[in-house]
Amino acid sequence: MMTATQPSTAEVWDWLSHVPDPEIPVISLTDLGIIRDVAWDDDTLVVTVTPTYTGCPATSIINLDIETALRGKGIGKLRLKRQISPPWTTDWISAEGREKLRAYGIAPPIDGTAADGRLMGRIDRLAGGNRVVACPRCGSSHTSKVSQFGSTPCKASYRCDDCLEPFDYFKCI
Amino acid sequence: MPSLPDMNTPDVAELAREAAAHSHHTEIPTPDVDQDAFLEFLLRLGDTTLILGHRVSEWCGHSPALEEDIALANVALDLIGQTQMWLGLAAEVEGKGRTADDLAYLRDAWDFRNLLLVERPNGDFGHTLMRQFLFDAWHFELLNALAASTDARVGEIAAKALKEVAYHLERSSDLVIRLGDGTEESNRRMREALEALWAYTGEMFTADEKDRAVAEAGIAPDPESLRAAWEATVRDVLEQATLAVPASTFAHKGGKRGVHTEHLGYILAEMQFLQRAYPGSSW
Repeated sequence: MMTATQPSTAEVWDWLSHVPDPEIPVISLTDLGIIRDVAWDDDTLVVTVTPTYTGCPATSIINLDIETALRGKGIGKLRLKRQISPPWTTDWISAEGREKLRAYGIAPPIDGTAADGRLMGRIDRLAGGNRVVACPRCGSSHTSKVSQFGSTPCKASYRCDDCLEPFDYFKCI
Repeated sequence: MPSLPDMNTPDVAELAREAAAHSHHTEIPTPDVDQDAFLEFLLRLGDTTLILGHRVSEWCGHSPALEEDIALANVALDLIGQTQMWLGLAAEVEGKGRTADDLAYLRDAWDFRNLLLVERPNGDFGHTLMRQFLFDAWHFELLNALAASTDARVGEIAAKALKEVAYHLERSSDLVIRLGDGTEESNRRMREALEALWAYTGEMFTADEKDRAVAEAGIAPDPESLRAAWEATVRDVLEQATLAVPASTFAHKGGKRGVHTEHLGYILAEMQFLQRAYPGSSW
């Protein structure tokens, strides 16, 4: 009886793929890769969420948005579970999410460029590859970093030296 | 760009509490260790990130450039986020029904276990960056070791925080080099900051019986074991910053057992005011 009225987890994943990130609303929570699991625990829907950054102020809003969206779909019993291991990485941002970021004016993360605390060694290694942050507006690879941090914990500030537009880079972690 | 969401949204605090209450830890048995020593270790770490996070946040709105203002606020935010996890675990280990907020807002100076280094006043921008670099280089090595802790909860938090701190260390290394190897004035200021802060670095590596108990249980590294890697990073960066490594080995100590400088009381007076004046208030 109960199971007959339960939506499938695939259906719940689909609903969550329409819940926007509160700070970067062009991508969804599933694009961002922070929904780690959707499961039924008897008659309770359990959604496991991982934070991007430990102090990200959007975390509680994200929980609220998930709850609002699922209640709107008729979910009565809901539990949100926080999981920090394995830690979130930008590698989990979907290919679709990366394209949406670029179209929105945020350069998507470049895999393999995460900080490892060894500044000098990293500069040498990165110089070996062609890992430039391309301007999301004009595509130029002639860009410079303005600051390692930006308007939210997950972004850094860049400037295009060709079209002169400032832009955000979704920093790789 | 969209601005930060309205933090007054109803039920946010309750939802956050609920999510934290159901937070998931890997089901690995916790090591057999004196729980007092474990709690002490967690307070030392959580209080250290809390006080530094608060200190760095004092720059908000006062930095020399907008980008640096934002960067400092972001570093502070990461440290406060890590504090929520360390002090949250401390409250869990203590088992007296207190929360991370209770520990942060309702203890007095003698109960705080932070390193003296992080309660030092900010000084100028270079001074703040030098303190951050000396701290980040240690914090990075500590978290690296803690990621392999025999306590799964400690390991999970450390692995998460390590990613953020690797980023902090690269930023503070970069700025110490740029300011040290900058103008005559920036070099002088960085040299003065290094000399003023150096005597507060030794406390990071000193151990007492509580440190030894958690080290023996494999929960945390022996503080002394982090010194060689820290010194290698510091030497490398200071050399590129054209700054000489101070020769003195004198170390101020006391923070880890609750004996603080006069600065901590002023920090707490500001940080705890709201909860002391309006107990239980939330936003």
